[in-house]
Order: sequence, then structure tokens, then C-alpha cells
Amino acid sequence: MKILSRIYIALIVLFLYAPIAVMVVFSFNSSSSVWVLEGFSTRWYEGLGNDTAMLNALKHTVIVAVLSAIISTVLGTAAAVGINAIRRKFSKKIIMSVTQIPMMNADIVTGISLMLLFIFFGKLIGLNESLGFGTVLIAHITFNLPYVILSVMPRLQQTDSHLAEAALDLGCPPLKAFFKVILPSISTGIITGFIMAFTLSLDDFVISYFTCGHYQTLPIVIFNMTKKSVKPDTYALSTLIFISVFVLMVLYNVLQTKSEKKHAS
Amino acid sequence: MKKIHALLLTLIISLSVLLTGCGYQYKELNLRANYDKSLQGTTLTVYNWGEYISDGADGTIDVNKEFEKLTGIKVKYLTFESNETMYSQIKSGGISYDIIIPSDYMIERLRNENMLSKIDTSKLSNYDLIEDKYKNLFFDPNNEYSVPYNVGLVGIIYNEKLTGKDIKHSWDVLWDEKYKDMALNFSNPRDAFMTAQMLLGQDLNTLNKADWDAAAELLKQGKSNLQSYVMDEIFGKMETGEASVAPYYAGDYLTMLDTNPDLRFFYPQEGTNIFVDSVCIPKNAKNYDAAIKYINFLLEPDISTANAECLGYASPNTAVINNKDYCYYQNEILYPDESTLPKVQYYHDIDNEIRTYYETLWTKVKAY
Amino acid sequence: MNKKTFGNKLVASPYIVWSAIFIVVPLIIMLYFALTDSSGNFTLANLSGLGEYKKAFAISILYAAIATVITLLLAYPMAYFMSKLKISSQRMIFMIVMIPMWMNFLIRTYSWITILANTGLINTFLKNIGLRPLKLINTPGAVILGMVYDFIPYMILPIYSVMSKIDNSLLEASEDLGSNGFNKFKRVIFPLSRPGVISGITMVFVPSVSTFYISQKLGGNKTMLIGDTIEYFFNLGPDYYNIASAISLVLMVMILICLFIMNRFSDGEEGGVLM
Repeated sequence: MKILSRIYIALIVLFLYAPIAVMVVFSFNSSSSVWVLEGFSTRWYEGLGNDTAMLNALKHTVIVAVLSAIISTVLGTAAAVGINAIRRKFSKKIIMSVTQIPMMNADIVTGISLMLLFIFFGKLIGLNESLGFGTVLIAHITFNLPYVILSVMPRLQQTDSHLAEAALDLGCPPLKAFFKVILPSISTGIITGFIMAFTLSLDDFVISYFTCGHYQTLPIVIFNMTKKSVKPDTYALSTLIFISVFVLMVLYNVLQTKSEKKHAS
Repeated sequence: MKKIHALLLTLIISLSVLLTGCGYQYKELNLRANYDKSLQGTTLTVYNWGEYISDGADGTIDVNKEFEKLTGIKVKYLTFESNETMYSQIKSGGISYDIIIPSDYMIERLRNENMLSKIDTSKLSNYDLIEDKYKNLFFDPNNEYSVPYNVGLVGIIYNEKLTGKDIKHSWDVLWDEKYKDMALNFSNPRDAFMTAQMLLGQDLNTLNKADWDAAAELLKQGKSNLQSYVMDEIFGKMETGEASVAPYYAGDYLTMLDTNPDLRFFYPQEGTNIFVDSVCIPKNAKNYDAAIKYINFLLEPDISTANAECLGYASPNTAVINNKDYCYYQNEILYPDESTLPKVQYYHDIDNEIRTYYETLWTKVKAY
Repeated sequence: MNKKTFGNKLVASPYIVWSAIFIVVPLIIMLYFALTDSSGNFTLANLSGLGEYKKAFAISILYAAIATVITLLLAYPMAYFMSKLKISSQRMIFMIVMIPMWMNFLIRTYSWITILANTGLINTFLKNIGLRPLKLINTPGAVILGMVYDFIPYMILPIYSVMSKIDNSLLEASEDLGSNGFNKFKRVIFPLSRPGVISGITMVFVPSVSTFYISQKLGGNKTMLIGDTIEYFFNLGPDYYNIASAISLVLMVMILICLFIMNRFSDGEEGGVLM
């Protein structure tokens, strides 16, 4: 049984990684084909530095991901604190239901409805170009927010509110009480929310596709590339991203195990 | 031992492909017009078809980079894959472009909907290079809105090794069971309908709904024979032998031939579509003056030749056509003798109702 | 003075304004487009004409349902086996399952073409060992495979996370009381893992039913799923915003109904706030 379960896990992992392995192998192809292997070469990696379109897109992706993650974390944490303080069950329920819409809805519907909004308002105020950096950022913040709120909320509910009340009773200003008392106890929720927001934003294709205008992010550029003939350079870039994610995750894992061992001993 | 031989052979072949590939080699650009840096620091947004400009790969001219160097204008270059996608982007008002390169019928439509800026050809010192037969065409009778970029015909590309030499020179090959699962067709409705309309002997711009219905029926019948509907994905599929028969633009055939020497091409006997892709400036362009400079630059003999050689499309520019060093000089596929050619038809901008009719009909073909 | 709960509801107001403008208003605009014609007059024609697309709806639902079932069947044992590993191995496998989610799904989907194509890896291998090549790419099977592949981590991870929390003493207790393997599964493991299964199903079904990339790349562009139809119309220009909005609206309502039913099943243990 144990062996069988190991084999099963290995097979699923193989399934998950087969296309990634293909991508890594073909990124070293000497010809420009992603179908036929012809020889080993690192030319696609060397060429990456000159591909301004792709590097620009990478830059755009990172900027949008960082900004949208920060803004949605701040806005979302404040929202969670505020919603938590709302007493009326009914209004709370309505707000939480609206919050869940972008999370539950199909990306394509969220993307299209936002695009219609931006174009509608763009026309209203007479812009000759309504889509761009601002709109893609707004869109990303919008779909990040529910994830932040829903990861902060449970922490907040677990927090002992008496502590904060005691601080207020002793004359501590509310803002200070928040930073000194509440924030430390919900910080894991905030960090999880931030990481989720950042990841979602990095990876988003569908919503950006409808809202980004000229401000093309990496998934959009890759989408346009797969409409023509994908060249190994796209694979090379993806391989680099894969390796950096892999290294980061392993590092994180090792550090966590170490710190746990320390605690244990 | 044999294996090593085979390996060496493929290596040599792949190397020689690299070397013989068509590409305009140059040291220094010879320019007819003068370019100054008066618009330095501004940005020009160009919206062109995919794979439709010489981009500097393999030692060719990088047209946009040269323009940037010369004028200090930053070129933002974006691509589309069909006239309709381009149209929808501009019409929505979501995005603005300074230069677009639509085809004839789309220019007619954009002009009818008042979406183009006039181009003052007297400001284009290289405009005289355009061959006369590409001036005053139906979509721009007074040459006010467009400057021809490329011209071309649609034909059928096939892989001789996979299909055999004996192939009927007809659109019917896409419906022929001999090529089941190996045939491709266009994924944009207008071109896909054209393949059926030609077989049915229709006028491509028919206003009769029954004609479109008949063409849709034919497309539905042929669907199970097809491997897939494609646009530029055709390059990979034909170059590797994944597919064996496909309709596409003649110029792209020559590009594919560089990679796969087994490919052949014909113009079907029933006739085909002819098109002119021209440079236009949309009404909501932000940098009109830079756009004019860019158009003039595209007309430069060196630039036009670089583009013509890199893309493989026929050029409307006399400086290219008459250049004996041009690698497709008097090429019979690009510049066929008109007397040997089957009947050709342009697309026109069709009445709104009919257009909506066939564009919706296409979803039924796809869902069939 | 209200000091019972810390915090002031006013701090939620920026968010409430934000969600009103960027969640509620866009849906209202979409509704407006769905109920008007291209010149802005009220009409029900878009919605009543949707019968034309019932095949696209049916195929999308069918493919997404098949993909969801396959994903569940593959992911459930995976999650179970994972939860039985040593803690350190659990963490490692968890990470391995998660990493592909960080990669661009377009590229991961695209590499399947290299594997499945007529001249691709599997068929080249088959030809080399003297077998007949198979028709893999450009089939409904390839589309469903793409859906399973792209979304399987969203099934494994939630199921695993509830399973890893199942108290081992519960299982031991059920064994002591004479439960055999199947009974143990039926009475203890499955009921406890249900919230994970429910959220896994929604997280796989929703993106599968609305995808427009997978069918274009792996299905040879020959199937028109509902996502493809919406994308096609949006790329034809503003004249088609009305019909595309109508289709999107129906898709949204359909998804919300599915989620509502799902929520009922999950006994309101988690996320029961919707609607």
C-alpha cells in the first residue's frame, strides 16, 4: 500500500511537470523550433537581454503585481477591520456577498464588465484612450481585494478584542491601539493575503487581456506569441521564472524547517 | 556510424537553411528623404499584423530601431491577427494608435465610419515610388487616407512529401478526404468563408443571405476533415509537417519555404482573393506628425526592400519591384503574369446587416 | 460610546466605495448592454436570441463537468496519500504541487502541443517503436486534458488541507469500533473532507466552464466553448458588446446558481456567506 501510494504521488507529479520539462528542454534547442530538437544551445537565453518587448512586459507585470498587492493589502485590511465592526448582520452579509463576487465569478465576466465600465466612463469624459496602466491596476486591485479580506477576517475574529478595549480604556489613541495590539495578531493573515494577491496578479491573463490596453503584461505578450509560432525564447524566460520560483520555495521551506527545529529543541 | 552521418547531414542542412534564408544584408542605409530630430522624445504607437515587419532577426534591418535612431521618436510596436480585432480595438475607444495597417475592405469601412485621418501625400517625399496601379483603388479613390504597404493573393500551400506531387489545383483539397486531419483553414470568418465561396462560384461580396448560408453549410461539411482553424500558427504547423495542406497568403509561403523546402504553392483554378494592405492614420492618433514621418520612412527603397525580403509579400514600391538585387525579383508567385492567373476578387466593406449575419453564422460553423 | 468591538466601521468605507464602483457598477453596465441594442434602445432580443448558443453552453458545461470529475478522481487519492506522509515530505509535495501555479498557464498549456502533436513527442515515440500514431491533439479529449492539467492543483490543495487536519485519533477510534477500510472512508474520512472537495470542485469547474484559451490551442480552434464565443464577439467590435454581454450575464448567473447549490451541500461550514 505504501509503495502504491508513493507510485501514485510520483505519477501525479510527473503529470504536473511533464509540460514544464518539455519547456525546459526546448528552451535549449539550437533551432527556433519548439517541436523538433536539433541540438544544444544557450542562444535563447543570451537573446533574452535584447528582447525589449518581453523585458518591458516583465517590468509591467512586476510593477502591477507589487502595486496592486500593496494597495489591496492596505485597503483590504482596513476593510476587514471595518466590516468586523459592523453590527447589523444584514449589511454585513450584503457586503461579504459583494466581496465574494470577483472571487466566484468567471474571470472572463469580471474582465469584460470592468472593460465596459472603463470604456463607458472613458467615453463619458471624452478620453481618446481609456485603457492602460491605471485600468489594469484597478482591475488587479479589485480581484485581489476579496482574497486579502478573507484571509485577514478569520484572524481578526480570533483576536481577543478585550486587549484592544483595555488599551483604549487606558487612553491609548485608536490608531496606536491598532498598530500595537491588533496588527501583531493578524499579521499572518495580512502576509498570506499579500502573497496571494501578488501571486494572483503575476499570473493573471484573462482580466488583464480585457483591461490593459497598451500596457501589456507578460501573460499578454506570451498570449500574442502563442498566436504566432512560439520560439524557444519564451520557453527560456519561463524556465528562468520557474527556476527562481523553485529556488525561492525550497529556500523558504528549508528556513521554515530549520526554525521549527530550533523551537523544538 | 550511420547515425553520426545522419546527424552531420541534418546539421549541415540546418546551417545551410540559415545561410540561404532570404534577408537583406546591409551596412549603411541609403535614404532618399531627410530625417531630423524635431520630434525627439515623442512616442509613436504602431499597430501592425503579426510577423509583418523586418525586425532585425538574422542580420536584417530592424526597421523600428532604425527609425528610432534617425528621428529620436520612440516606436511602440503592437500586433494584431485580423482586421476585425484591429477594428474592435480602435472602435471601442479603449486604445489609440498612430499607425495602423489594415486591408482594403477594412480601410473602406474605417473611412465610411469616419475613423481615419487624411494623409497629405504631398508631405511624403517618397510617395512617387508607389506603383500607379496601386493608386486610386476602390477603397481610397483619391489616395487621401492610405499608402499601400503590401499586396498579395491567397493561395494553397502544400507539403509535397506528404501529399504527393499529384494534387488538384482547387479549393476542393480542403474538403478532400485524402488530406483528412492534415488540412487547415483560416480562423477568421471572412477568409474562411472565401474558401467556400470560391468553390461555390459566388461573388465574395454577395448581399444575398442564402449565399452565405450555402457557404456556411459547405464549411460545416468540411469541418470534420480539418485538423484546425489557424492564423499565424500555420507557420509552425506547415514548417514541421504537422499539417499538409493549408490556404494562406502567398508571401508567407515564401517565408515557410525557407524552413521547409518540401512546401509547394498554387493559386486555385476557381479564383482567389487579392488584397492590398495599406498604412493609415486613425482619427484619434496622438502623434500625427511622427506618423507621417514613419510612413515616408517605410517607403524608403532600402526599408521597403528589407521588408519585402523579410516578409516575402509583393511590394507596391517601384524601388523594390525594379531592383535586380531584390531576392524575389520577378518571382512568379509574388508577381505572377496576370494572364495566367485565375480570376481574382477584392473584399469590399459589406452592408452592416450582412456582415453581422455572416459573422454570427461563423459561430455556428465553429460550434457545428 | 461603543467599545464592544474594536475598530470603527468607517475604516471599511474606502473599500465599500471601491467595491460599489468596480464590482457592482460594472455588472450593472453589463446588464445594461445585455438589455439594449447597439443604438441603446431597450430590447430583450439579445437574451431571447441566446438559444442560438445553447450548443456552446451545453458543450462547455459537459466538458467542464467531465474535467471536474476526472480532476476529483485524480486529486482525491493524491490528497489522501499526501496527508499520510511524514510532515516534512508533506510539505515538500505540497510545494511541488503549488509551483506550477506560479508558472504562466498559457505556456504550460502550449507545451502540451509539443507532447500531443501528430509530430509531437508521444507520436514520434510510437512511430519509432513501430506503432501507429494516435490522434491526440485537436480533439475534445485534448481540451479536457488541458482543463484537468491547468486546474488540478486547485483540487488537490483544498482537499489536502482539510485531510491533513483530520485527527488521527478519530480514525483509530473508528478502527477500534470495528470499522473496515471502506466503512472508515465512508463514515469518517469522506464526510470530514467534504468542505475541501466542495471548494475544489468550484475552483476547477468555474475556470473550466469559462475558458477560452485551452480550446483554441489544444482543440484546434474547432470547438466553440462559451468563453470562446464571448471572446470572439468582443474582438469584433462594439456592435457586438450587447450580445457578448448577454452571454456573459447568462454565464454568470449559471455559475452563481451552481455555487449556490454547492454551498447548500457544504452544510454552511465555510464560505456560506454567498447570497
